[in-house]
Amino acid sequence: MPELGLQGLKERSAFLTALRSFFLDRDYLEVDTPLRLPVLLPEAHIIPFASEGFWLHTSPELCMKRLLVRGCPRIFQICHCFRKEEKGRLHQEEFAMLEWYRTHADYGDLMRDCEALLAHLAEKLAELPGFKTPGRLSWQGHSLDLSPPWERLSVHEAFQRYAQVSPEEALERDQYEELLVERVEPHLGRERPTFLHDYPATLASLARKSPNNPDLAERFELYLCGLELANGFSELNDPAEQRTRFAAEIVAIESLGRQAAMPERFLEDLGRMPKAAGIALGLDRLFMLLAGFDDIRAAIPFPDEAL
Amino acid sequence: MYTASDLRKGLKVQIDGEPYIVTEFEFSKPGKGQALYRTKMRNMITGIQFTQTYRSNDKFDPANLEERTMQFLYGQGDEFHFMDTGNYEQITLTREQLGDNLNFLIDNMEVQVLFFGDRPIDISLPTFVVLEVTVADPWAKGDTSGSDTKPVTVQTGFQLQVPPYIELGEKIQIDTRTGEFIKRAKE
Repeated sequence: MPELGLQGLKERSAFLTALRSFFLDRDYLEVDTPLRLPVLLPEAHIIPFASEGFWLHTSPELCMKRLLVRGCPRIFQICHCFRKEEKGRLHQEEFAMLEWYRTHADYGDLMRDCEALLAHLAEKLAELPGFKTPGRLSWQGHSLDLSPPWERLSVHEAFQRYAQVSPEEALERDQYEELLVERVEPHLGRERPTFLHDYPATLASLARKSPNNPDLAERFELYLCGLELANGFSELNDPAEQRTRFAAEIVAIESLGRQAAMPERFLEDLGRMPKAAGIALGLDRLFMLLAGFDDIRAAIPFPDEAL
Repeated sequence: MYTASDLRKGLKVQIDGEPYIVTEFEFSKPGKGQALYRTKMRNMITGIQFTQTYRSNDKFDPANLEERTMQFLYGQGDEFHFMDTGNYEQITLTREQLGDNLNFLIDNMEVQVLFFGDRPIDISLPTFVVLEVTVADPWAKGDTSGSDTKPVTVQTGFQLQVPPYIELGEKIQIDTRTGEFIKRAKE
């Protein structure tokens, strides 16, 4: 694996600067929340690292939502997150995340933010290999049209179209994730970026349910070139419902042989959180695409192997 | 016992009583869902490949494989005989099992024979072998055709490109991984 040299580090620095300018230009506050927390948001399929009675956070979501309660209308954070046993061409156990939250907004606003963010990066980082063709993202033989609006495809439509089955049926057969990875994802973000949206409510423990259909959650994932880049949703701000969902998640975590506690202070604050939407975007993966790498380990200063 | 999170390229596992080697591997984690391990494996006996997606709680037995140093005795038709020089035990591998290894295999050569249980399934050659050139055009000194190499055939029937100064009857060293000429072998 070639290491990120001076040129790559300069590109990564310009990338971070361009991300910051996008949010600062739009009156976002940059925040920095603790990496080490006594209790995490319970999520069955994300395994945290223990740290002397604390946990390394797996995303800054918990603390950032608590900051919304203090009256911040728009906040963003660039930080490292830690997830155990996630290693591969597109995963590192420690990775860089960009999260942003806006009050009085929903997941549709976040989708438009993503479109605007890529346009901003294309303008500021025109020298990166990914932007060699104006208005497009080029990567490993792919060429995506970045002009908005990007494709919006519901999970239901995507499963019917590419796996010939409804997501509900896939879940019932315990084949949802396999079908998503093998049959659906390879088709996403091919001509233009794709927002895969409206997930089965059971797959979005922190998202608000759709007002039109309580079986769906207002959650989406952004795909470029078949790769998942970001996960956003309209935030659930009903502490009673959130507690019920966390309780179910804790049961699932315990059935997997791990332990988790109820994040009480988060739930206390959640009752006072205004309507909001938030999104997490994998920075290393986005930089990998823009800098023309096909492995995340080439896009970061120190992959595990180099330590 | 391995779990899916131990899977990586080159790992050898046993499935339904047969040895498999992982040839491609990708970790995948859709959304907030569970981890998936997308794997391509090759049956080490039949060569048949298959792809399968595993979950983290899937388990595998390590393949019961052992390598033994053996000497190549002779080939007869499609059968090739090897002997353990320690206990004189002899085994046979077929032309199909040996595949491209036959390009470099000569009598008395020491090789590593891979056993699955009691069953020989493959060999690995030394990285470098010395073979005799049996067909070669003579080197015309002062040849100005500009060509840096010429084709020759070695005693196994294998053809390769060598520098023009290599003559019929000479011994040359070859890299068995690439089939490329390394150097003229000293007698």
